[in-house]
Amino acid sequence: MEKLYLNSVKKSRIPAKLDWIQSATGLFLALFMWAHMALVASILISKDAMFYVARTLEASFLSGNVQKGYPVFVVIAVGIIAVVFILHAFVAIRKFPIDWKQYRTFRNQMQTMKHKDTNLWFIQAVTGFIMFFVGSFHLFFMITHPGSIGPHLSGDRVFSGFWPFYLVLLFAVELHGTIGLYRLCVKWGWFDGKQPKQTRKRLRNIKQLLTVFFLILGLLTLGSYWKIGYLHQDQQGQRYVPSFTQRM
Amino acid sequence: MSEQQKGRLLTFSILRCNPQIEGDTPHMQDFQLHETEGMTLFIALNKIKEELDSSLQFDFVCRAGICGSCAMVVNGKPVLACRTLTAKFSNTTFTLLPLPGFELIGDLSVNTGKTMRAMSERLQSWIHDDEKANADFNVIEERMEPEIADQIYELERCIECGCCLSACGTWRMRPDFLGAMGFMRLARFYMDPRDKRSDADYYEVIGDDDGVFGCMSLMGCEDHCPKDLPHQTQIAFLRRKMVKA
Repeated sequence: MEKLYLNSVKKSRIPAKLDWIQSATGLFLALFMWAHMALVASILISKDAMFYVARTLEASFLSGNVQKGYPVFVVIAVGIIAVVFILHAFVAIRKFPIDWKQYRTFRNQMQTMKHKDTNLWFIQAVTGFIMFFVGSFHLFFMITHPGSIGPHLSGDRVFSGFWPFYLVLLFAVELHGTIGLYRLCVKWGWFDGKQPKQTRKRLRNIKQLLTVFFLILGLLTLGSYWKIGYLHQDQQGQRYVPSFTQRM
Repeated sequence: MSEQQKGRLLTFSILRCNPQIEGDTPHMQDFQLHETEGMTLFIALNKIKEELDSSLQFDFVCRAGICGSCAMVVNGKPVLACRTLTAKFSNTTFTLLPLPGFELIGDLSVNTGKTMRAMSERLQSWIHDDEKANADFNVIEERMEPEIADQIYELERCIECGCCLSACGTWRMRPDFLGAMGFMRLARFYMDPRDKRSDADYYEVIGDDDGVFGCMSLMGCEDHCPKDLPHQTQIAFLRRKMVKA
């Protein structure tokens, strides 16, 4: 078959690998963010619940004392997420418009066609761009302040001026993640079944429900931390002491 | 015909530009017509040409959604003019533009043939079989299972109208991107048992960011194909195959 090719140089397998890496890292990060949201939303149950979750993730069970975790595990976990995050950003940036002409053409296409999935891609690109900065900063902060996760310390952080930052991060993550998962399903033909068109409609509806669900959950969670910070402003910086240890 | 019997008064706002005339710049020109029963955009355009402006340029051949010549952008969406009934639109104003991304011949007429030809050459879209290089054309072709023939036919229904390309944000942004029509064509050969190319051979054709890995799954192709071809399924299929090739 070689003789049919325009030249004898074989195509690189790198584009295939990059495409796969983009999807795999995106899937990992999107699912991680759902788990992350579930964990931080434990504050909606109670301060004790959030405290328990935070310390357990710091492997407090190794110390035998629920109040003593090992923040180094947070550093390791954030480090892993940061590597995947950077890798995802690195490969996904290939798809961005690279000059004004490409950007203008795409915007023109959006304005003329008013096509849902084309518009969704643009939202994904914009939220991805925002996350280059806010996501990176969040990861940097967590890796440099690994022991600062707890009902009071997190609340203090949100109340003391970080809440607009987390609000932007929340919208960027939830929109980017759910649109990304929807696109992954379409891109690789997952769940297509015998009626791919109907499946896609269903997937888009599920995507919308998930976006709304996680945004509401995120806003309630952020509001809850802000309220804790507000009520705790006189003792800012003081760690939370769980009620179950106070009874002991 | 009395005023009462006349249909709605429709306004057609049409992009006019003739690149053959030096200094002619693109501009919109309005034409008005009364709607008639069963009127398609194709009928309306012919009426405009016959009664209002004989210089209007647009393409058509079959009038039945088979040749793909009359594709154009109507109110922002790429469609076939011959299959678009004016009665389907509640508003009475139609904005007609030529398909973007193709060479403009004039007004609504674009040179899709040039793009299709380049695509065919790029894809080498013919049956590849080294053993049949010196085939005897007097011998009857091998039989094919009817199920496979049906599957191939399903993909071969593509009329190369260009709607999928014009609806694709990726193709518009990156003109070297192959686009849904090319993937459909290649998928047709991939399915054909007479074509002996391996996955690695197909990778040489579409295994890069101008090929299947460049598709951003915007699904403009899937949502605007006048023949309802399974673009989404075929592109996903090729992607799965090529990532392992």
